Amino acid sequence: MKKIQGIFLILVCVIVMTSIMSDVFWGSYNLENVLRRTALFGIISIGVAFVIITGGIDLSIGSVICLVGCGLPWLLVEQEVSVPVALLAVFGFSLAVGLIHGILVAKVKLQPFVVTLCGLLLYRGITRGFTGDQSQGFGTDFKGIRELATGEIPLFGFNFPMPCVFLVVVAVLAGVFLNKTIYGRYLLALGNNEEAAKFSGIDVDKMVILAYVICALCSGLGGLLFVLDVNSAQPVDFGNFYELYAIAAAVLGGCSLRGGSGTILGVVIGAALMQVLRNMIVLVDWIPTHIEYAIIGAVILAGVVADEMIKRAVAKKRASQG
Amino acid sequence: MSEASPVSPLLKVRGIGKSFPGVRALNGVDLALGQSQVLGLIGENGAGKSTLMKILAGVQPPDEGEILMEGEIVSINTTREALDHGIALIHQELNLATNLSVGANVFLGRELLKGGLIDDARINEESYKYLQMVGLDLDPTTLVEDLTIGRQQMVEIAKALSINARILIMDEPTSSLSQAETEYLFKVIKDLRSRGVSIIYISHRLGEVTELADHVTVLRDGENAGELSREEISHDSMVRLMIGREISQYYDHKQREPGEVVLEVKGLRTPEHTDHAIDFTLRAGEIVGVAGLVGAGRTEMLATLFGVTPALGGSIAIKGQPSEINSPLDAIRAGLALAPEDRKQQGLVIDMSVRENMSLAALWRDQKKWGFLDFAKELEITREMVKSMRVKTPGDDQIVRYLSGGNQQKVVLGKWLTMKPAVLLLDEPTRGIDVGAKREIYALMEELADAGVAILFVSSELEEVLGMSDRTLVMHEGRMTGELSREELSEEAVMQLATGNSESLGKAA
Repeated sequence: MKKIQGIFLILVCVIVMTSIMSDVFWGSYNLENVLRRTALFGIISIGVAFVIITGGIDLSIGSVICLVGCGLPWLLVEQEVSVPVALLAVFGFSLAVGLIHGILVAKVKLQPFVVTLCGLLLYRGITRGFTGDQSQGFGTDFKGIRELATGEIPLFGFNFPMPCVFLVVVAVLAGVFLNKTIYGRYLLALGNNEEAAKFSGIDVDKMVILAYVICALCSGLGGLLFVLDVNSAQPVDFGNFYELYAIAAAVLGGCSLRGGSGTILGVVIGAALMQVLRNMIVLVDWIPTHIEYAIIGAVILAGVVADEMIKRAVAKKRASQG
Repeated sequence: MSEASPVSPLLKVRGIGKSFPGVRALNGVDLALGQSQVLGLIGENGAGKSTLMKILAGVQPPDEGEILMEGEIVSINTTREALDHGIALIHQELNLATNLSVGANVFLGRELLKGGLIDDARINEESYKYLQMVGLDLDPTTLVEDLTIGRQQMVEIAKALSINARILIMDEPTSSLSQAETEYLFKVIKDLRSRGVSIIYISHRLGEVTELADHVTVLRDGENAGELSREEISHDSMVRLMIGREISQYYDHKQREPGEVVLEVKGLRTPEHTDHAIDFTLRAGEIVGVAGLVGAGRTEMLATLFGVTPALGGSIAIKGQPSEINSPLDAIRAGLALAPEDRKQQGLVIDMSVRENMSLAALWRDQKKWGFLDFAKELEITREMVKSMRVKTPGDDQIVRYLSGGNQQKVVLGKWLTMKPAVLLLDEPTRGIDVGAKREIYALMEELADAGVAILFVSSELEEVLGMSDRTLVMHEGRMTGELSREELSEEAVMQLATGNSESLGKAA
């Protein structure tokens, strides 16, 4: 819980700072926008959190989003496939990606970084191939299915964007899975100490594969919602760098890249922090928008350094209490 | 026994003491080494040999005592300082950068430069000289990884010579060498001795010590146990000094009538020792010790029994049922449990709580529908185990990292006892545990045996094997060299078998 307090405090600070420096932050248009982005990035961040908890990494998220984001309109518009079939194809692909990554990592014992780095190159290249590198979009059609991302739910006098519903559902499922089922416990245990987990009779390989599947399915869902939200996708850069935003959110949210720790709520707060920061950079006039990456990089670095300091202080205190 | 004073002591160690949390590793240890002398340093596992050598090599500073080189007190706090005094440690695990060339390794950290850049030509030329000294006619540009272990060791010795080492410390140098490589090493050692180099030779293989040593120093429980001059060195005299101690009072072992056979192992072959098939049986309520030296293949046997590493052949029957064990889960389902040797790496998820560790093996059994955790049951089991095993912990949420070794081991055992195993495999169950907790672990083993659990325990502490076993199996280099009943059991009998001297007792057993 302590881990979440820190990141939550930073989020509040950034929100307060942004509110002071910009008078449109609390406007309903801007707020809805920030919430929508938070929800979309929150979903993929939760996915990657599972992989990070096992001590792995997934660099292919952005490219999976690209393939799904371009593939869906391509199937619906160019191939004239029916909506259910297109959705099935999208999630079938995500599932396959997760299984392949998981098997390569757990069974073939390849390094997660290498496996998913190749995935990053592969899926974007494939997308640019089958689309002929042409922009894919829904035009003015498919209003119904696009409601999934663009729709709004009026609640407490505020219009919550639809992706928030998906985020809540995914976050609750993920939280329950991680904290209330034996499988979540297995993931945390093997992320902490794979050998001890193995010696306790846990099928470590199967659990690692499961983590990559969860991650790929979240990426697929994210890609679907991203493209439904923005209407069109360019194969060359759709979803570019999104894996880094997701990983950063997970790390800010308390997932150690060494594995074994992380909370879903923390990850969601981490994703929110990233989006509020980006929003701040856009809204506040005197911050040049093109230095966005520099600011985000600096904030993440400050966050993890502070986290490490606190951890050491706590460990020292505990050790002296002995 | 002679006085430990060679004519002109090159190195003298006086009253060295070293403590680690909860353990007094060395207590007032003396040692003397003369010029051109091979000193055999022997003792049981945990006697303090490695700690003493680490102190001499500057890996760890001593808490007390002094080190004298040619009569002058010197301070050795870093490996650099040790090297400056001409002391080099040849590690058990070789310390070479295998991806670099032989020459680069010999001069690693002391690269010869020309104009600020590495002067490879001179490095190769110079290192060739040192390679010749150990009889290696080798191109220095060869990559270390392309060499056999035996040749890699020669490179390490050449490296030590290149810094003008006068004292070489060799820790179990032959443990991974073939017969021919061992003979070659001996030749090199004798040659170095005749050139004025002194060698501290640590080995469990008493035959090697007999052949090489001019003098033997024996350590026991972190203290000097005796000295042997060249004439006094023999297998028996060394064994006597290594073990010569009375069995402490705290084994309250009782004889019980063993029940039916619960574990029958036939022709088991492990990936580490492929030629040797292991056979033994274990009865309900029986406590069987497995003795042997480090590297005898005992841990590997347990790992294979428990399905961690696959068996290459053989059969395992549990309670008369042939069991196919391909994973730890198979083993657990069949009624086995293993408390591994490396408690922190294999026994515990060290950064998780007492509760999470206690329940880890039982989660699949105690799960509710859909894989949901049964928190109530988990808490109940933990509380019960913490109470019955008297685990000293502030609460069931305490992270196990912060528990003492003894309490950590109780958590490991508690984890397995919740599974109610028929056979309990223990690997070094009391390593790194204080005396009080040891007694508790022994009492627990007796209690479990009373309840009909069959216990197979591997231990490098002879005293423990003698105190606790109904029957003792002895292993040496991957095979069972003998079985000793309680009546036949003596420290000497075990030591003879464990050092591969099976002629005298092995056949009788």
